[in-house]
Amino acid sequence: MTDSKYFTTTKKGEIFELKAELNSDKKEKKKEAVKKVIASMTVGKDVSALFPDVVNCMQTDNLELKKLVYLYLMNYAKSQPDMAIMAVNTFVKDCEDPNPLIRALAVRTMGCIRVDKITEYLCEPLRKCLKDEDPYVRKTAAVCVAKLHDINAQLVEDQGFLDTLKDLISDSNPMVVANAVAALSEIAESHPSSNLLDLNPQSINKLLTALNECTEWGQIFILDCLANYTPKDDREAQSICERVTPRLSHANSAVVLSAVKVLMKFMEMLSKDLDYYGTLLKKLAPPLVTLLSAEPELQYVALRNINLIVQKRPEVLKHEMKVFFVKYNDPIYVKLEKLDIMIRLASQANIAQVLAELKEYATEVDVDFVRKAVRAIGRCAIKVEQSAERCVSTLLDLIQTKVNYVVQEAIVVIKDIFRKYPNKYESVIATLCENLDSLDEPEARAAMIWIVGEYAERIDNADELLESFLEGFHDESTQVQLQLLTAIVKLFLKKPTETQELVQQVLSLATQDSDNPDLRDRGYIYWRLLSTDPVAAKEVVLAEKPLISEETDLIEPTLLDELICYIGTLASVYHKPPSAFVEGGRGVVHKSLPPRTASSESTESPETAPAGAPPGEQLDTIPTQGDLLGDLLNLDLGPPVSGPPLATSAVQMGAVDLLGGGLDSLIGAPSFVAPPAAAVPANLGAPMGSGLSDLFDLTSGVGTLSGSYVAPKAVWLPAMKAKGLEISGTFTRQAGSISMDLQLTNKALQVMTDFAIQFNRNSFGLAPAAPLQVHAPLSPTQTVEISLPLSTAGSVMKTEPLNSLQVAVKNNIDVFYFSTLYPLHILFVEDGKMDRQVFLATWKDIPNENEAQFQIRDCPLNAEAVSSRLQSSSIFTVARRNVEGQDMLYQSLKLTNGIWVLAELRIQPGNPSFTLSLKCRAPEVSQHVYQAYETILKN
Amino acid sequence: MIGGLFIYNHKGEVLISRVYRDDIGRNAVDAFRVNVIHARQQVRSPVTNIARTSFFHVKRSNIWLAAVTKQNVNAAMVFEFLYKMCDVMAAYFGKISEENIKNNFVLIYELLDEILDFGYPQNSETGALKTFITQQGIKSQHQTKEEQSQITSQVTGQIGWRREGIKYRRNELFLDVLESVNLLMSPQGQVLSAHVSGRVVMKSYLSGMPECKFGMNDKIVIEKQGKGTADETSKSGKQSIAIDDCTFHQCVRLSKFDSERSISFIPPDEEFELMRYRTTKDIILPFRVIPLVREVGRTKLEVKVVIKSNFKPSLLAQKIEVRIPTPLNTSGVQVICMKGKAKYKASENAIVWKIKRMAGMKESQISAEIELLPTNDKKKWARPPISMNFEVPLAPSGLKVRYLKVFEPKLNYSDHDVIKWARYIGRSGIYETRC
Repeated sequence: MTDSKYFTTTKKGEIFELKAELNSDKKEKKKEAVKKVIASMTVGKDVSALFPDVVNCMQTDNLELKKLVYLYLMNYAKSQPDMAIMAVNTFVKDCEDPNPLIRALAVRTMGCIRVDKITEYLCEPLRKCLKDEDPYVRKTAAVCVAKLHDINAQLVEDQGFLDTLKDLISDSNPMVVANAVAALSEIAESHPSSNLLDLNPQSINKLLTALNECTEWGQIFILDCLANYTPKDDREAQSICERVTPRLSHANSAVVLSAVKVLMKFMEMLSKDLDYYGTLLKKLAPPLVTLLSAEPELQYVALRNINLIVQKRPEVLKHEMKVFFVKYNDPIYVKLEKLDIMIRLASQANIAQVLAELKEYATEVDVDFVRKAVRAIGRCAIKVEQSAERCVSTLLDLIQTKVNYVVQEAIVVIKDIFRKYPNKYESVIATLCENLDSLDEPEARAAMIWIVGEYAERIDNADELLESFLEGFHDESTQVQLQLLTAIVKLFLKKPTETQELVQQVLSLATQDSDNPDLRDRGYIYWRLLSTDPVAAKEVVLAEKPLISEETDLIEPTLLDELICYIGTLASVYHKPPSAFVEGGRGVVHKSLPPRTASSESTESPETAPAGAPPGEQLDTIPTQGDLLGDLLNLDLGPPVSGPPLATSAVQMGAVDLLGGGLDSLIGAPSFVAPPAAAVPANLGAPMGSGLSDLFDLTSGVGTLSGSYVAPKAVWLPAMKAKGLEISGTFTRQAGSISMDLQLTNKALQVMTDFAIQFNRNSFGLAPAAPLQVHAPLSPTQTVEISLPLSTAGSVMKTEPLNSLQVAVKNNIDVFYFSTLYPLHILFVEDGKMDRQVFLATWKDIPNENEAQFQIRDCPLNAEAVSSRLQSSSIFTVARRNVEGQDMLYQSLKLTNGIWVLAELRIQPGNPSFTLSLKCRAPEVSQHVYQAYETILKN
Repeated sequence: MIGGLFIYNHKGEVLISRVYRDDIGRNAVDAFRVNVIHARQQVRSPVTNIARTSFFHVKRSNIWLAAVTKQNVNAAMVFEFLYKMCDVMAAYFGKISEENIKNNFVLIYELLDEILDFGYPQNSETGALKTFITQQGIKSQHQTKEEQSQITSQVTGQIGWRREGIKYRRNELFLDVLESVNLLMSPQGQVLSAHVSGRVVMKSYLSGMPECKFGMNDKIVIEKQGKGTADETSKSGKQSIAIDDCTFHQCVRLSKFDSERSISFIPPDEEFELMRYRTTKDIILPFRVIPLVREVGRTKLEVKVVIKSNFKPSLLAQKIEVRIPTPLNTSGVQVICMKGKAKYKASENAIVWKIKRMAGMKESQISAEIELLPTNDKKKWARPPISMNFEVPLAPSGLKVRYLKVFEPKLNYSDHDVIKWARYIGRSGIYETRC
């Protein structure tokens, strides 16, 4: 007998029995039977066959029985839509019952039954219930609108329920208000564009009043709704904050967290100089600490949120380190989160205490926790320089314990410490080498290999050590293989005589015996590099490494801002935006913190504020190579840049250099499959190519004082792509000198220093004439404006498009690349007026195929205005004729490299469209000159 | 919002299942059982995401309560709701156990229907719920219209936690100041962290809708009042305490506390928790533990622990228990103590020393010799901290109740007619000394 058969037979008997009981005359027996049905339903048995019998019990004055029948209906109506109709009459009748509890019960249950026919009948009773005299019925009806909307959104709109629901926000009963707010918020989420909630100062005021009176749950609904509002200025933000702060003393943690969300969001709009700002900051800390005495599950939610808050505003909890100390009995999820926050709060002031704690934790039982504690010690060393020495000695103590995972974890973090403080702690290498054999995790092995390679010259038996790893090369993970390859190449460059065999062995293992493309490619690069130019190879492989940043695991600033808007919710627990875990369109509207629109403060003018979406072509940002710990050679060979690969002479951009040089040698290498020809421009090796020789006459313009048109600043490098550094800028030409006006904004959490800038070779030899001068370190949220003088004396290489400029900006965090387009008129020199005779002769001299015609549309200016405006941007009118009522302007201009451009501009009075004919010996500039005309005339 | 709510027994069998949203299917019930209840390893998070469905769970004895959702809900609210739900169930039928849940499943469904609507928590105050959800079942015709509207106005009203028309012959109230004092001390006697988390629990039998005002020796209030007379400030200032933070029951008018720092409210009938607070300054540590651990060779440990009581000699501490951890490879223990009883409990890896009563300003000592089995385990013994439990009749934070005034303008009893009681109990929270 199979299990399934057993089940069906019993069920049949059972159901038959229940059927009889349900149809019994005795009320008590009926009730007992319905209870049995519900019990079977709960454990997952299918009792849908009893539908008609259960529905028959619905007509009763026994409220308890009625509720049970309703419960059954909610479960099975969907599977038996036809029979569910039998219940409609009772529902409609109940909606008219004199007892408000029954009216509410009926409307509440009807909303849960997802059967079209029932939904139709729901509209009339719902309309009545929304205006019922009893608040209990109204608050139930408010939620019912949200239910109905979930079933049939169109119906809700057609029936005008949304307006009725909006009216309920002004209801006299606080619970009705709260439920209406909850329902509207949910409906609004699925209509992100509609202005359903219509939050304005008046409605906000109503909500704030209701906040004081409604239940704890209602307060949460209202606070969550308030958080979606954007006050019009800082004064309004402050007054809302003042009315929300009392909620921080509520016993319900969710009320507290939702209040914190509103405050964190609106604080963004307040000026930091304001007294109130400081007061608010102080008020935030105690309730957050109190959350840590709640039940462990809530502590977990609170800690995940505190993690976000300390990243956004570290000042809030900086003095509260002690409360995050781990307790012996904390559940593991609380321990891990506390540890994370401890590291974030670690500073010079409290480092001694933190280290003592971390050392205790490293002896605990839970493996994950111990690992994290060890890692935390390493992070402290990197974060607080003064503590580095103690951290290293603590780590050494831990290595002596010989507990396998502790040792491995310690080695991984010591590698980072070496990176941060080179040539300081190498004395510990010997101890590390002793533990070589116990390492079995890829990350630890890779770290150890890195250390051996990096300090090969100090480790006597480095070759033996590395050779021992080489034996099982193919069984290692990719991470270890790559690291081993690099380490042996480093070793070879440091001790070439003894290790030739070893390096050949590893290169052949990587290139011939491996089918991993990354490994093979890296192997080939090293091979060519070593065989072509060992000196260059040394410069590349042993180049100085960029510093590693102090803070790790930081949430990327734009995501952090979004998550701050979701404090208290699941998104803040997962540290992921809702779109990452919510299906469909619900709740995936991106939220962002309000910009500071101060009524009193005007340091930021609107045009310097980040412009919405900058044109795509200007945003040709080169992705940064995120892996700081890896070798520079982790660089991808094909950064998605249009045009020729980057080639800069900058020293600190060794990696980029490698690409230029590397490609050269790769082409020369016979065994290498050449990349598609288009990717390697013909003039790469010879920048002074013949076709462009006339472009390289480097004369810088000297002439009359003039200021040409300046475009508004555009964002060139968004903060997202540059670890928090945002760069926007524009080009200007004033009195013969070109400059690049930059605005640097620090959107990260740490101070930025050591700025430097480099341009890639470009068509007109633009180069910084002076170093990038940022006088003071750029602290978080600070903005500086810099005008960088440019010269045209840099090295020249034709770019595509002609006016594109690739820029590298370096700071203490990393090097960032972006590319931008400069308007050509910044290159028009002030002595570009041609003699009439010369003009005529030149015009004739230039072949006709070099002539290009363009239309300038919608320009309302007349000939005089055009002429004078162009002149201010160094386009000079040489002559003017009137032919058949048309004005003909003959104009000339000269570029910084001495190229002349001649123009004929035809203007018909009354017609806003001009015809522009351009003649030039280098016809590729015509298009850009036309664009310059357009920008000058239309702005 | 909450899409569904399930209750399981320790085996993972469903006892209660209520689905509020269409996006939660029956398979969610099984997903949680398979992935969380039946999972071998320790629970790594109270929030689990399985196939884009999020599960929030809490455990009460061996019963699992899980809330399920597919949306970005307010996570703090879901947990608060689950706790509240436990409170409500406990108020109706006592301990949350499999048997009680099975016996009351109809009632639980009725409650779930009332306190969660479409996943939105509704009024969940037991006082209000008990007026219309009873285990007997109300027959609608038996209620008068007034009764009905009284119920609904209470459930939805501003004072949802108290019904009108309560009458007592004797108006009486009890205030309990319950504190738990937490300490982490270094072996050298340095306080690494110490805090008191306290609760003021009020039990009242008052007629009508009494307006209450609670006063304590809060530093901010005392300093505010004492502004005029400098003398008084210095006198009372000594006894006032600095409260780091406090939270209140929803009956307390928070805006009034924020502006005037006065605690005024209309209390729920009978027992409720008026406030919770936390202090970290000038904490009275009722006991001090002085450990001395000496490793004598590889197979022997000598432990000596002294405890000192640090409060008025006239007071008596009770239920004192000191727990001294022993290594896992302990083979035998010999204990000598001056007072109380001490026992080595092998199953708990600890020596448990119990003293029934101890007066203030006294000292007691225990010494033990621990024999160890030789092991080749390289890992050193982690030396967990020595923990302590006790109960003392004082508030370690120094909090004092100054007054609790009762006004009931409509009924003819005054503040003087109310009989008031207050008591202070200080218990150990996590009271540990590292050794």
